[in-house]
Amino acid sequence: MLLAMENVHKSFGTGAAAVPVLRGVSLVLEAGRTMALTGESGSGKSTLLHLAAGLETADSGRIAFDGAELAALDDPARARLRREGVGLVFQQFNLIPSLDVDANIAFQARLSGRHDPAFAALMSRRLGLEGLGARYPEELSGGQQQRVAIGRALAARPRLVLADEPTGNLDEVTGDQVLDLMLELVAETGAALLMVTHSPRLAARLGARLHLRSGVAG
Amino acid sequence: MRAWIVTLAALASLASGPASAQGFAGLGLEVEGFAVPAPDPDFDFPADHGAHPEYRVEWWYVTATLEDAEGNAYGIQWTLFRSAMRPETGPGWGDPQLWMGHAALSTATAHYHDERLARGGVGQAGVRTSPFRAWIDEWSMISHAEAGADALSALHLSAAGPGFAYALDLTAEGPLVFHGEGGFSVKAPGGYASYYYSQPFYRVSGAITLEGREIAVTGQGWLDREWSSQPLAPTQDGWDWFSIVFDGGDRLMAFRLRDREGPDFTAATWIGPDGATEALPDGALRLTPLEEADVAGRPVPVRWRLQLPARGLDIETTPLNPQSWMPTLFPYWEGAIAVTGSHAGRGYLEMTGYE
Amino acid sequence: MHGAALAALLSHWRRHPLQLAMLLAGLALATALWTGVQAINAEARASYDRAAALLGQDSLVQLVPERGQTLPEGVFADLRRAGWRVSPVLEGRLEAGGQRLRIIGIEPLTAPPAAQPLPIGTTGIEGFLAPEGLGFAPPATIAALGDAAPLPLNSAPDLAERTIIADIGAAQRLLGQEGRISRLVLWPGGEGGRPLSEIAPGVIAQQPQPGGEVARLTDSFHLNLTAFGFLSFAVGLFIVHAAIGLAFEQRRPTLRTLRALGLPARTLATVLLAELLVLALLAGAGGVALGYGGAAALLPDVAATLRGLYGAEVAGALSLRPGWAAAGLAMAMLGALAAAGTSLWRSARMPILAPARPRAWAMASDGTARAQAALGLVLLLAAFGLALWGQGLVAGFALLAALLLGAALVLPLGLSLVLAGLARAAGGPLAQWFWADARQQVPGLSLALMALMLALSANVGVGTMVGSFRAAFTIWLDQRLASEIYVTARSEAEAEDLRAFLAPRVDAVLPIWSVPARIAGERADIYGVIDHATYRLSWPMLEGLPGVWDRLDAGEGGLISEQMARRAALRPGDTLRLPGGWEGLVLGVYADYGNPDGQVVIANDLLLALYPDVPRLRHALRVPPERIGPVMAELAGEFGLPEGAMIDQTAVKRFSLEVFERTFAVTAALNVLTLGVAGLALLASLVTLSGLRLAQVAPVWAMGVTRARLAWMELARAVMLAALTAVLALPAGLALAWVLLAVVNVEAFGWRLPMLFFPWEWARLLALALVAAALAAALPARALARRPPAEMVKLFAQER
Repeated sequence: MLLAMENVHKSFGTGAAAVPVLRGVSLVLEAGRTMALTGESGSGKSTLLHLAAGLETADSGRIAFDGAELAALDDPARARLRREGVGLVFQQFNLIPSLDVDANIAFQARLSGRHDPAFAALMSRRLGLEGLGARYPEELSGGQQQRVAIGRALAARPRLVLADEPTGNLDEVTGDQVLDLMLELVAETGAALLMVTHSPRLAARLGARLHLRSGVAG
Repeated sequence: MRAWIVTLAALASLASGPASAQGFAGLGLEVEGFAVPAPDPDFDFPADHGAHPEYRVEWWYVTATLEDAEGNAYGIQWTLFRSAMRPETGPGWGDPQLWMGHAALSTATAHYHDERLARGGVGQAGVRTSPFRAWIDEWSMISHAEAGADALSALHLSAAGPGFAYALDLTAEGPLVFHGEGGFSVKAPGGYASYYYSQPFYRVSGAITLEGREIAVTGQGWLDREWSSQPLAPTQDGWDWFSIVFDGGDRLMAFRLRDREGPDFTAATWIGPDGATEALPDGALRLTPLEEADVAGRPVPVRWRLQLPARGLDIETTPLNPQSWMPTLFPYWEGAIAVTGSHAGRGYLEMTGYE
Repeated sequence: MHGAALAALLSHWRRHPLQLAMLLAGLALATALWTGVQAINAEARASYDRAAALLGQDSLVQLVPERGQTLPEGVFADLRRAGWRVSPVLEGRLEAGGQRLRIIGIEPLTAPPAAQPLPIGTTGIEGFLAPEGLGFAPPATIAALGDAAPLPLNSAPDLAERTIIADIGAAQRLLGQEGRISRLVLWPGGEGGRPLSEIAPGVIAQQPQPGGEVARLTDSFHLNLTAFGFLSFAVGLFIVHAAIGLAFEQRRPTLRTLRALGLPARTLATVLLAELLVLALLAGAGGVALGYGGAAALLPDVAATLRGLYGAEVAGALSLRPGWAAAGLAMAMLGALAAAGTSLWRSARMPILAPARPRAWAMASDGTARAQAALGLVLLLAAFGLALWGQGLVAGFALLAALLLGAALVLPLGLSLVLAGLARAAGGPLAQWFWADARQQVPGLSLALMALMLALSANVGVGTMVGSFRAAFTIWLDQRLASEIYVTARSEAEAEDLRAFLAPRVDAVLPIWSVPARIAGERADIYGVIDHATYRLSWPMLEGLPGVWDRLDAGEGGLISEQMARRAALRPGDTLRLPGGWEGLVLGVYADYGNPDGQVVIANDLLLALYPDVPRLRHALRVPPERIGPVMAELAGEFGLPEGAMIDQTAVKRFSLEVFERTFAVTAALNVLTLGVAGLALLASLVTLSGLRLAQVAPVWAMGVTRARLAWMELARAVMLAALTAVLALPAGLALAWVLLAVVNVEAFGWRLPMLFFPWEWARLLALALVAAALAAALPARALARRPPAEMVKLFAQER
C-alpha cells in the first residue's frame, strides 16, 4: 500500500467563509498501479493531489505514504518526501526557466542524490528530446515542455508520480502522445501514478478511477 | 537769504527720501546746544569768512552772469553748504560737520549741474581761512587776495560735473555789504534770523567748458555768506530770492518768504555803487509772478514783476533758461535772469518750495 | 471617455499601494536631493552676491593696496580732491560674544548707489553717524550677540550671518584701525584727470568681479555640490523608472482591454501622460519640501565649510526662493518623463492584440544588455580620452560623468558573464540553480544595481579622495607646524621683550612675519623665514632648484605655494616679481593645502628690507616637548598674554583638522544619502519583481525544497548580487578618486594630492552594501517564506 487516504477533509478559508473542498475522501493506491482522479471543476481533485504530494496539509483524516503519516511530518520532512518519493507533473510551470533542458531533467534527481546520467539520457531519448538538452524552457513548444516535465519527474526514480492535467494545455494529438509516453515510462520504471483529468477518455486508460463530486467520492 | 533749508533737507532726504524741511535729524524748532544769531554782530575777518561749527547751517554761495565774445549769455552757480549734527568739530570721521556742494552752469538752452556730499574731519571738504580756501572734492574757491586786502576780494573758483566745468577769477570792485541790521538779517516776525553778508561787486573772467569745448567768458559775480541755527518759521514753506546788478551800478538783494497761513515776509537791501546799503523793511517789496513754466513736471513762476516804490523801481525779470532746475537731493530752481523796466540789469533768481 | 479610462488605469495604484509609494518616494527623493543641493547653492550664491553688491564689488572698480591690508585714509581725500569719485570701505574681523564678526565700515555720503547698503534709509542717517555708532546686522546675529554687541544694532535681514555694517568711523574704532581704510570703491566713470599712480602710489585698481572674489573661489565647491546633486537625482530616477516600467507591464492587459473597447491609442497615451504628470507634480512638491528641509538642516555645515575653506560668509537661514523650487518641480516632471519615456512610447504604439507577457519587461533581451554595454564601453573610452586630453574643470566633470555612466552601463553584462562562469563551476543542483537564476534576475535588477554601483563608486571615489586629502593634510600639518608653540605679541614693543625673554629659554625663536599683497592680480601673503633647520628638514617642498635653502637665505628668490604656481603659471627658475618692483627667482614650490590665497616665502632679511613696516608680532618657538608646558606658563605669567595669543602645536593641529572634517561633512552626508537612495531602488525593484519571481521559485518548491530555504536563497542572491556589484564598483570608484585628485582638485583648488588606498574603508562600504541589499531583500524573502502553499500551487493550474 503506497498511498492511503482515509476520510480526508480540506477547506479553504477560515470561519464562516470557509469553503469545504474535500469532505471525507478515501483512497488506496498500491505500488506500481495507476489511478485516474476525475470530476467536475471544483470537485477537489487537484486539492487531493496536492495533499498526496505533501504540498498542502489536510484538515482532518489520514494520509500515509508508504506507511508514513504525512500529518506527522514537518515542512522539511514533507519537502524531502516530495524530493525523494514523488514526481510531480503539472498543467504548466513545471520547469525552472533559468536552467536548460538537461539541467531541468537532472534537477530533482540531483536534489535527491539519485542522479544517474545514463538514466537521464535514456529518459531524454525516450521522450524525443535529443538535441534539445542545451535549450531553455522558453525556447520549447508546449508539448516539448511537458515531455521535459515528465522526464524530470521520472529521472529521480520516484515511487509515485502525481500528475495534474499534464496534457491540459496541449492540443488533443500532442496530449495523447505525451500521455502515451508517460504511461509507458511509468510502467517501465515501476512507479505508481495518480493522475487528475477531467477527460473520461483519458481516465479510461488508467488502471483505476476515482470520481469526485463536490468533495466526496461518488 | 539763501537756501539753508536746502542743506538740511537735502541731507534729510538721504535718510528718508523727500522729507519735510523741518524734520531732518531730529531738528525741531529748538536749537539744542547750537549758538543763535544775535543783533548787532561784530564780525571778525578773516575768521568769519571761515566756518562757524557752533551754528547749525552755513553757506558760501557764488552766482555769476557771464558772456562770451559772441555775446552768448551764461550763468554759473558754486555753492558749499555746511550742516552740523552737533555744535562741535572733531578729528576724522567723528566730526559732526556735514558738507554739500552744488555746481551749475546754464545757457539759454541747457542746464548742467552736479552735487557732492562730504563729511568734515577727513579733508574731503571744508573751509580754511589763512589763506582762504573752501572746497569739496576737486571743487574749490581759493583766495589770491594780496596781503592786507579782504580775503574774498580775489578768488579763483572752479568746479566740474557731467558735461561742464568752469575755472573763473573773481575780483571785487567794491566792499563787503551787510544785510539787515549790520549783517543781522531777520527772516520772520517771530525773530527767526541769520548772519548775512555779501560781496556783490565781482568782476569775473575765465573759461567755461561745455561738452568738452572751452569758451572764454567775462561777467559779474555775487557771493553770499550766511549762517544760522534756526530754520524757517513752521508755516514758511518756500521763498523767492533775487540778486540783481543794475546797469547803473546799483545792486539789489530782495526776497520773499511765502507763508501758507499768514502774510508773506519780504526784505531787501539796496546797495549803491560805492557799497552804501539801505535795508528795506517787510512790506516794502512787492512781487508778482507773471508767467509760469512747466519745470520738472510742476508749475514754477519764471517771470516776475518787482516793485520797490521807495526806490521808484518797477521791473520785470526774464530767465536765461526757464528750465534752470536743480534736481538735487532737495530740488529747487536757480538761474540767471535779465531785468527790464524802470531799471535794466542782470542777476540771479532762486525759488524753493515749488513741490 | 478620458475619465473612465483614467479611473480604470488609476485602480491599478489602489491595488498596488506599495508600487505607488515607491514611485512617489523615488521621485520625491530624487527631487529632494537635487532641490536641496540647488537650494544650498542658491543661498550661498545669493549671500556672495549680496555681499559683493553691498560693497559694489560686482559692478564697480575697487582701488586696493598693492601690498598690505589697509591704506591710510588720507588717500581718500587726496583722490577726492583730485577729482576721483571714490568712497572708502574698511573691512575686518572682530571677536565678540563668542562670534567671529565681519565688520564692514562704509561712508554713506560718498558711497555710489551700487555700493549703497539698503538699511540706512529706514532709520535716518544721524543715528548711523552718531558718536555711539549704529550697526546693521541680520536678526540671528543680533540675537546671538545679545548684550555682547559691540555697538547698537538694527536688523537687516538681507545681510549675511555675522556681518555688521557700520559707519566707517565706527568700524575704525571697533577694529582698532583708526585712520585706515581697506579700499576705495570707484564710481562708474569716476576717474579723475590725474593718474592714480601720481596721486596715490601703492594703490591699484581692481576690476569688478561678478559675485566678488568669493564667488570665484567657491565656484568649484558649488560645482562639486551640483555634480553630487545630479548624481543623486539620477540614482533616484532609477527607482522611478523601475516602478513606472513595472506598472506599465502589469497594466498591459488593462491597456489592451481599453484599446479593444475602442479607446484610441493617442487618447490612451494622453491619459497615461496626464496621470504621470499629476504623480510627478505630487512627488515633486513633496520633494521640494523635503529638499528644503534637508537643505535647511545641511546649510549650517555648508556655511561652516565655506567659512573654513574660503572665509565666505553665508546666511545661516534658508529662504524659499521661487527659482530652485520651480526648478525642482521642473526636474521632477522631466525626470518622470525621462524615466517613463519608453513605457509611454510603447503604450502608444502597442498593437491591440499584444500578448500579455510580463516577462518581457523583467528580462530584457541579451541584445539590449549588449547594446548597453557597448554604449558603456564607448563612454569609458571617452572618459579615457578626456583624462588624456581634457582641460579645465568642466572637462573634469565630463570625465567623471562618462566614467560613472560608462561603468554603470557595462555592469549588467559584466555581472551576467561572472554569474555564467559561476553557474558553470557550481557543484550541486541548487547551487547551479542559484547562479543561473541570479543571472536571469540581472536584467530585472540591472537598473537598481546600476544605481547601487553609482552610489558605491561615488562613495569609494569620494572616500578615497577625502582620505587621501586627510592623509596629505595631516602630514603637511606636521611639516608646516613643526614648531611647538606659536605666540603673538600685542605690540612691537611687547614682541621685542618677548624675543629677549624667550632667547635663553627656548631652542629657537622663529619669526612668522608677513605682508599681504597682490601678486599677478591674486591675493597672496609674503612671509619671511630665517635660516633654520626647522625649515630645511620639514618644509613640504614639492619641487625646487638645487641648493634651494642656501639660495633662499642669500636672497636670490622665493618659494611659492602650489596654488600660486598653478594660477600664475610659475615654475622653479621663473622670475618672481614682488610689489615694490623687486625681482628674483622662483626657487621652489611647496604644498599649502586649504589656503585660497597664494603664498610667497622669502628670506626674513629680504622681507624686512623690502617692507620695513611689516608687523613683527608673530613667532614660532622651538622647545623640547617637556618644556612646552613650562614655557607657556612662564610666558603667561610674565606677559599676561590673552587667550589665543599663545597656542601650542597640538591645539593648532586639532583646530585645522576640525576645519577639514567640517569641510567634508556635507560631502559625507550626500554620500550616505546617495547610498540610501540606491538601497531604496534595490528594494523597489525586488518588491516589484517578487510577484514575477513565483514562476521561478514554485517549481523548485514543488520538487522538494522548503519555502524557508528558498527564502534564504532569495536573500543570499540579492546580497551576492550586491557584493558582486560592489566588487565591480571598486575599480570604478578608484578611477573616480583619481579623477577627483588629479583633475578636479587641481582645477578647483590648485593642488594635487597623492592617492592613497583605504581597504578598510572599502570593507566597510562592502558591508554597508551587503546590509542594504539584505534589508532590501528581507521583505520579499519573508513574504515568500510565509506564502501559503495554496497560493503557490495555484500557479500550476490556473490560466494566467
